Amino acid sequence: MQESLFAPGHRACAGCGMPTAIKLVLDAAGPNTIVASPTGCLEVTSTPFPESSWRVPWVHSLFENPAAVASGVEVALKRFGKTDTNVLVIGGDGSTFDIGIGAISGMFDRGHRITYVCYDNEAYMNTGVQRSGSTPFCAKTTTTPTGKLSLGNPRPKKDMAAIAVAHGVPYVATASIAYPVDLRRKVKRSLEADGPAYIQINAPCITGWSFEAGDTIEQARLVVETCLLPLCEYVDGVLTDVKKIRRKKPVEEYLKTQGRFKHLFRAEGGAEVVAQLQAMADANAEKYGLID
Amino acid sequence: MRRVVEGSYAIADAVRCCSPDVVSVYPITPQTHIVEHLSEFVADGKLDCEYINVESEFSSLSSLIGASVAGARTYTSTTSQGLALMFEVLYNVSGMRLPIVMTTVNRSLSAPLSIWNDQQDSLGVRDSGWIQIYAENVQEAIDLTPMLYKISEDPQILTPSMVCMDGFILTHVYEPVDFLDEEMVREFLPPYRPEHILDPENPKTFGAFADPSWFTEFKYLQYQAMERSREKIAEVTREFEEVFGRGYGGLIDTYAMDDAEIALVTMGSIVGTVKEAIDDLRSEGVKVGLVKIRSYRPFPGDELKRALKDASVIASIEKDISMGYEGALLTDLKGAFYNSSIRTPIIGFAVGLGGRDIGIKHVRAMVERASRVLDAGIESEFEIFDVKPECL
Ligand SMILES: Cc1ncc(C[n+]2csc(CCOP(=O)(O)OP(=O)(O)O)c2C)c(N)n1
Ligand code: SF4
Ligand SMILES: [Mg+2]
Repeated sequence: MQESLFAPGHRACAGCGMPTAIKLVLDAAGPNTIVASPTGCLEVTSTPFPESSWRVPWVHSLFENPAAVASGVEVALKRFGKTDTNVLVIGGDGSTFDIGIGAISGMFDRGHRITYVCYDNEAYMNTGVQRSGSTPFCAKTTTTPTGKLSLGNPRPKKDMAAIAVAHGVPYVATASIAYPVDLRRKVKRSLEADGPAYIQINAPCITGWSFEAGDTIEQARLVVETCLLPLCEYVDGVLTDVKKIRRKKPVEEYLKTQGRFKHLFRAEGGAEVVAQLQAMADANAEKYGLID
Repeated sequence: MRRVVEGSYAIADAVRCCSPDVVSVYPITPQTHIVEHLSEFVADGKLDCEYINVESEFSSLSSLIGASVAGARTYTSTTSQGLALMFEVLYNVSGMRLPIVMTTVNRSLSAPLSIWNDQQDSLGVRDSGWIQIYAENVQEAIDLTPMLYKISEDPQILTPSMVCMDGFILTHVYEPVDFLDEEMVREFLPPYRPEHILDPENPKTFGAFADPSWFTEFKYLQYQAMERSREKIAEVTREFEEVFGRGYGGLIDTYAMDDAEIALVTMGSIVGTVKEAIDDLRSEGVKVGLVKIRSYRPFPGDELKRALKDASVIASIEKDISMGYEGALLTDLKGAFYNSSIRTPIIGFAVGLGGRDIGIKHVRAMVERASRVLDAGIESEFEIFDVKPECL
């Protein structure tokens, strides 16, 4: 087997979904690729000086600027006539959905040929599981704790893919480490786009979500099978493909396996929240036509 | 070629002569005309570069990190709020040892909102690891542009730098200036060929994180490079004079210092006014001279001691305040002398804040105040000059 472009020896937690996402992305993109990453679990676990897991050129600057950094890389490559090199951002959801969104909007708007990959673990994991704009409704984080007056995160997950689509980004997709063939195909397609692309990859975090060791891929599969996470593909703003679900599972099957949702099965009002989450999943199934 | 143009146009032309690969700028008064002229040059095919229309100053400097790491010569310019927005990126650029050159137009920082000149903005980022050189006039700002590329890009230096020029006073003034000759600049400034770049053929990691066992060494090497830049600044200034015939001293320059009893120390466009005031005062027999600080970082401590050792009183004149203490230049100046045998009294004035006009009469008043120190000693070490009496 060919050696991975993301070398082992990184310091990610055992059972972290993120390294799997990175390996799949780099596997699809190939060695003629330059990556910019923001501050976050990926950066911290992959580049403790003087070591690095990156077998492609890689640059990290700050938490909120990888889209701008990559913009500079892309125009410099254009300047030097090296337009066959892929330029990727690979960053966390906190950087993507929240603090770096202005720079991403600029990058989309200017039409750079960059594939922006968000590995989505649904919170600020590097700093100890704080809420991000990607945190699901009523998930418990350290800044949306449960308590007498709280059932966790009061807001639903931001629809970042829709924000990308609204920018007129020619290729937008959601993907999952549980569906590696689909993920690799999406990365390849994104690199053919004549302009920016956005791919959001669900990548479970064992530490922040607290699930059983060995269950990482199962978690990633369940969120898709419950229809809480539709896997979609938009080409030029048109929904062109969705991952069909053969047997839709009730959201409880997903929620009950994770510590961050445990309170929903104990606290007063939890049952209503589960019903709300089920309604969201049903709405997804309907909206995206997930079930034949 | 000598022409009468607006300062901003002259700067844009100087940038053009330096052949940047990537330009990324965001408009803000009074720097906007530089941005607009560069855009025109690109639109007219006069400047062959990649020009990024960024959505913020934060992204302008961030995008240059990417471009610079990819091997490009890069340029940006900002002022005031824009520089403040770049704060985090400034430290990142210098820590990554990227030789980005920026024209920092000097303007006050809000609140209250003011678009007019002082130097609080660049003084506020003096510790960010950028070389800072202050231009006295448009010609010096033009000439500093290729000089700073040459200094910053030197493999022994690899430190970003800013040409600091006073907003409106220099950016919007129309005065005759000598334009740079593109061919001569090309000879003076070799192409940028960095050793380490983002290259799929030879993949490297940039911007790794350092734990406590490494961080100090990164800072030590960065500090050493900044120290080496002292000699480099002097050397490149000499080389520039040989090629272009315009000399600027080195880290400092002096005016009428030979027998000066009262020595003024300042930087930026106010130097011109101070020189005029000195001419008047000299004709009246007052022994006053000037030390112009060109390089504020690296700080020219030794040069200042040499130039000021025979003065009887020293007065700094600066356009900033370090709230809770005094003017930043005053503190640095006093610090330079403390461990020497020179015990000359040093006082300081903050002037021209938020664009308040400083004329010859103001300089005369400060000289008068400094001369009182000779008789009466220091009454007030630091003073905000020209405050309305109703506020006092
Ligand atoms: C300007 C700034 N604010 C805050 C931080 C602290 N910080 C570093 S990483 C991080 C969270 C990262 O979250 P995410 O992007 O989701 O990546 P993850 O760690 O979850 O993989 C935060 C808040 C920072 N480095 N810079
Ligand atoms: S905290 Fe979560 S995202 Fe970060 S390395 Fe551990 S498992 Fe992965
Ligand atoms: Mg995250």
